[in-house]
Amino acid sequence: MSESIFNLTWLIPLPPLLAFFAIILFTNRNKRLSSNVAIGAVSVSWILSWLVAITFFTNPELVKKPFNLMVPWLPTGTTTFSMGVAVDAVTAGMLFMVGFVLTMIFIYSSGYMTFPGHLDPALNTDGLDPRYSRFFAYISLFATGMLGLVVANNLLMLFIFWEIMGLCSYLLIGFWYEKKYPDPKQITPKEAGLKAFLTTRVGDVLLMVGMIFLYIFAGDLNFQVIFSGDTLQHIAAMTVNLPLFGETSWAVLISMLIFFGAIGKSAQFPLHVWLPDAMEGPTPVSALIHAATMVSAGVYLIVRMSPIFMAASHGHNGAMTFVAFIGAFTALFAATIAVAQNDIKRVLAYSTISQLGYMFAALGIGAWVAAIFHLLIHAFFKGLLFLGSGSVIHGVEHGHHHAHEQGHDEGYFDAQDMLNMGGLLKRMPRTGWTFILGGAALSGFPLITAGFWSKDEILSDAWANGHSLVFWTLAAAALLTAFYTFRQIFLTFFGKPRTEAAAHAPESVPSMTVPLMLLAVFAVVGGWIGIPEHFPGLGTILNNPLGRLMGGQAQVYGLHYEVLDFHLFPVVASMTVALGGIFLAWLVYGRRPLKTGEPDPLQVWLGPVHTVLRNKYYVDEFYHATVVRFARWFADMCYAFDSRWFIDPIVNGVGRIGRWFAGALRRFIDEPVIDGAVNGLGLVTQAAGSVVRLLQTGQAQNYLLVLLLTVLVLLAMVQFV
Amino acid sequence: MAIPLSWYLIVAAALFCIGFYGVLARRNAVAILMGVELMLNAVNINFLAFWRYVRPEEPLGQVFAIFVLAVAAAEAAVGLALIISIYRTRKTINIDNIDLLRG
Repeated sequence: MSESIFNLTWLIPLPPLLAFFAIILFTNRNKRLSSNVAIGAVSVSWILSWLVAITFFTNPELVKKPFNLMVPWLPTGTTTFSMGVAVDAVTAGMLFMVGFVLTMIFIYSSGYMTFPGHLDPALNTDGLDPRYSRFFAYISLFATGMLGLVVANNLLMLFIFWEIMGLCSYLLIGFWYEKKYPDPKQITPKEAGLKAFLTTRVGDVLLMVGMIFLYIFAGDLNFQVIFSGDTLQHIAAMTVNLPLFGETSWAVLISMLIFFGAIGKSAQFPLHVWLPDAMEGPTPVSALIHAATMVSAGVYLIVRMSPIFMAASHGHNGAMTFVAFIGAFTALFAATIAVAQNDIKRVLAYSTISQLGYMFAALGIGAWVAAIFHLLIHAFFKGLLFLGSGSVIHGVEHGHHHAHEQGHDEGYFDAQDMLNMGGLLKRMPRTGWTFILGGAALSGFPLITAGFWSKDEILSDAWANGHSLVFWTLAAAALLTAFYTFRQIFLTFFGKPRTEAAAHAPESVPSMTVPLMLLAVFAVVGGWIGIPEHFPGLGTILNNPLGRLMGGQAQVYGLHYEVLDFHLFPVVASMTVALGGIFLAWLVYGRRPLKTGEPDPLQVWLGPVHTVLRNKYYVDEFYHATVVRFARWFADMCYAFDSRWFIDPIVNGVGRIGRWFAGALRRFIDEPVIDGAVNGLGLVTQAAGSVVRLLQTGQAQNYLLVLLLTVLVLLAMVQFV
Repeated sequence: MAIPLSWYLIVAAALFCIGFYGVLARRNAVAILMGVELMLNAVNINFLAFWRYVRPEEPLGQVFAIFVLAVAAAEAAVGLALIISIYRTRKTINIDNIDLLRG
């Protein structure tokens, strides 16, 4: 009986898709109706997802035979390519998280998308964004993409939904495409959307190449087929001779190509540059796409493809080591940048990159379950933090308008700069306290918050399996994470307001604060499902249901999973770095709050290092000087080849010959021969007519006379001839 | 004693020619119509003469003559109606002026 619920799985991505079409085709003019359609549709998806997920959680023996539903889709030669949906423990976990977070962010958006400050206030008719309906259409389409990606049972379908999300990401980052800044070097939403689209494209193309190779070897892209022992052995045994790398197994090549797709989507070094600029989109988009769901799709892809990565990792120099290296490096790299950012959303963006790096590092060291755990928990608390920052920005913008009306004109005002905030906890208590809870989870505040347990599990795995380099890198990143998170909290919520805008910021509407509170609940209790079994006290009570479920699934897929013994050192280390980071932040920013106009103390102490961090290690500048410049040069070359040297001259030459030939034909054949014949015929007919018409006198007597003469002539002929 | 057939034919031919001359030469439409009547009557004389002299046992000639009389009456009625209607529109029945079909 309960298994029949899984037959509903394929319906999960459908309601938002219908909502998308309904909004763009019918309800576009009615903004409130559009948002209600979108929220209603996503709620249906949420309920279906939770039905499926909870049914799976209550039947843990299903991990041995995951649900799989397929329909033949495309005949390919002798075989048929099937599309369908599958539900295993990972899908169930993702559905649980995605459905809930999507719904919360949809509800939040209905309150957030008020009339934006950069537009002419004269256009403001109803207090809502002029493209309010379109926004809900886009995020509905995005919801389809994310839900479809999660339930897909083959790599091609996953890729299709992956690209739908990429499109929505582009559209939503550039949602306020008319927005311009006084500083021409600051990236505009339009440019940020393009940058995100093009950067992820690099990864997507490599992913597609990997997918094609995989199809060549496996003959199918269904997960069950490509993870079968035969296929894995086949691709691990076959080798290819690559330039620079030498003899490599196909498994390594394919897994690397797939990993680059994940690097692009999840904004890992070296393709991380798009994510911070993606913050130009509306904040619910940053929360939804660029923190909770889409960027974690890269992690999800590697989680899915783990059997191939395992097959590619015989010995120590396999694909997994590379994944761990990129992940750990990105975790630390992005955390250092986040320390020196003043834009409230950019700090969170670098934090997202850093946390995704954590997940990749976990996958790289074989801590599959810990990676999934952190992925789920991170979505809750990072979504919460982004929504909280949106609420803060909203409040400060309103405060700015208020101050503006009171005559305190400050010229251009950046409502996202934390140096313009301060003391907001009193003005916005609900936003403030939920933000602090989310921040505590991100910092890994010991024992209470979910973030502590998920991070601790990764660190414990790294320690227990002897990956000490990864362990120390991640621990250092965790210290910085706690530091920049509480730097953000102290700068934003504590001390005295540093501007008139902050002093007048109002609390946000309930449709924004209620989702914050619901997400805050998960940011705390969500971690209790994954407390290790051997943790003293708590572990035995709660019995680690997530670990058992995902661990069981890991063993079915032939992945490494073991119940770790309790080690005191990593736990103490993760507590120390979390509390240490928070303490440092308090020392610098909390003990003596920043005054108006005062520079950041770190800037004073670190000097040039701070400048480098503030400018994100000049990676953007480096790409501009190399990749972008090369691409432009190449495009110029192609343009010149096309329109000056080769293609256009040929086309124009052919055109000229054609014109000349046509002119000759006209002059020598068409005009004299054809036209002559036609006109001549007309002239002859006309001349004949003008002669013959003389006979037509219209007088009946004339005709009769002719008749008489004719008869007489005939008579004469009869008589005399 | 008996009048030979040819005399009747000569009278009929003369009558036909007089009628045809009238049709060709007169300018008045009513007069033309009268010429047509003369031609029809010439034909009637021929019918009756041939019947009496060639096939007296069958009354075919008489029948045709009566038909021609009936048709001539109808023709006169229609012809006069046309002439009246032309007169109403053009205020003349001079046949020289009625040349709408001129090419």
